[in-house]
Amino acid sequence: MKVAVASGKGGTGKTTVSLALAAAAESPCLLLDCDVEEPNCHLFTSAEPWRTEGVDVLVPEFLGDGCDGCGACVRSCRFNVLAGFGRKVMVFAEMCHSCGGCVLACPHGALREIPYSIGRLEFRHAEGFELISGVMNVGYAMAPPLIRQLKKHLPASGLALLDCPPGTSCSMVTSVRDCDFVVLVTEPTPFGLHDLRLAVDTLAELNLPCGVIVNRAEAGATLIHDYCQEAELPILLEIPLSRQIAETCSAGGGLLDACPDLKEPLQALLAQTLPGLLAGRSVAS
Amino acid sequence: MKVILTSQGDSLDAAMDARFGRAAKFLLWDSSTQAVTVVDNQQSLDAPQGAGIQAAMTVIKQGANAVITSHCGPKAFRVLQEAGVKVYLTKAAKCREALQLFQDGKLQEASNANVEGHWT
Repeated sequence: MKVAVASGKGGTGKTTVSLALAAAAESPCLLLDCDVEEPNCHLFTSAEPWRTEGVDVLVPEFLGDGCDGCGACVRSCRFNVLAGFGRKVMVFAEMCHSCGGCVLACPHGALREIPYSIGRLEFRHAEGFELISGVMNVGYAMAPPLIRQLKKHLPASGLALLDCPPGTSCSMVTSVRDCDFVVLVTEPTPFGLHDLRLAVDTLAELNLPCGVIVNRAEAGATLIHDYCQEAELPILLEIPLSRQIAETCSAGGGLLDACPDLKEPLQALLAQTLPGLLAGRSVAS
Repeated sequence: MKVILTSQGDSLDAAMDARFGRAAKFLLWDSSTQAVTVVDNQQSLDAPQGAGIQAAMTVIKQGANAVITSHCGPKAFRVLQEAGVKVYLTKAAKCREALQLFQDGKLQEASNANVEGHWT
């Protein structure tokens, strides 16, 4: 079962929940940190990477020889990666989407594809689970190729958790795509609700089932519950607003260190609630 | 010599457009004839990314020797520099004023981009 933990709004507790689920899981699981722009799961483990794998994409390189300045390569690129004048082509590799079109478009063989480093994957044996973090190079802006490379390490069976980037743009969509279930972590604030709606709408487009965890829940703050009732979304768990949780996590601890009582509901969520919801869904369809 | 000014309108009386890559219009001034021609920058305005690179190629295609603008980003600057087009930065409000400062030798040639690059 592949469970993505996403949110819409940033800072709602995706990493806290992902790590708590990994810690609560009854058999060893794999956690992928897909928030490659600012991965942070590894901050909560003392393990150093036992393996690091570089991630490259292919970008064009201008060879010079043969170029007659026809401009076919420049015109072929919808992302304006190439600048050409005279018999010279400049390549702005950091903007390239690696389609290879310019190399095909050049009738003179004056371009070839070369690897361009966009980041790395870090593998750690964490306490009770395996962690693979995607780490994008500073200055590079396109997360999806790195996330796709990270997801190639998803196991064929067993439990995998994906700590997703915030928002609902390409990086979040790339992360949740092909998962079995998406856990949306939110908070009972107008901003939390607003971005939760965006995330729910995005997942509807992707035809992915989801449920909600309300973090920093407070008695009387019912706006998330009201919305979930109206949208017929299951509320999977509530994590109380607690100074103790905040202090524990700030010191590098986990949710279960602060609230051991949550271990059982998290285990039930993984072992019963989610499989139940998925079974119900396959029956319904 | 030929000089491109980034403009919000179609004549030297128009306000300068502070942006290079996404300038509304380019005015091409030819020192030998004193003539001003309007050069379209629509392709860059429509570009999802790389507007500065596109705009720099438009300038190069016009055979301009210099650009007068207010803000020039790193990618556009690299292309212009590589093609030997000089960049002059000014805070002048009107194109005519900027051109006068240039003709009076009061604008300094930029040695670097003066704004940061961005993605969209």
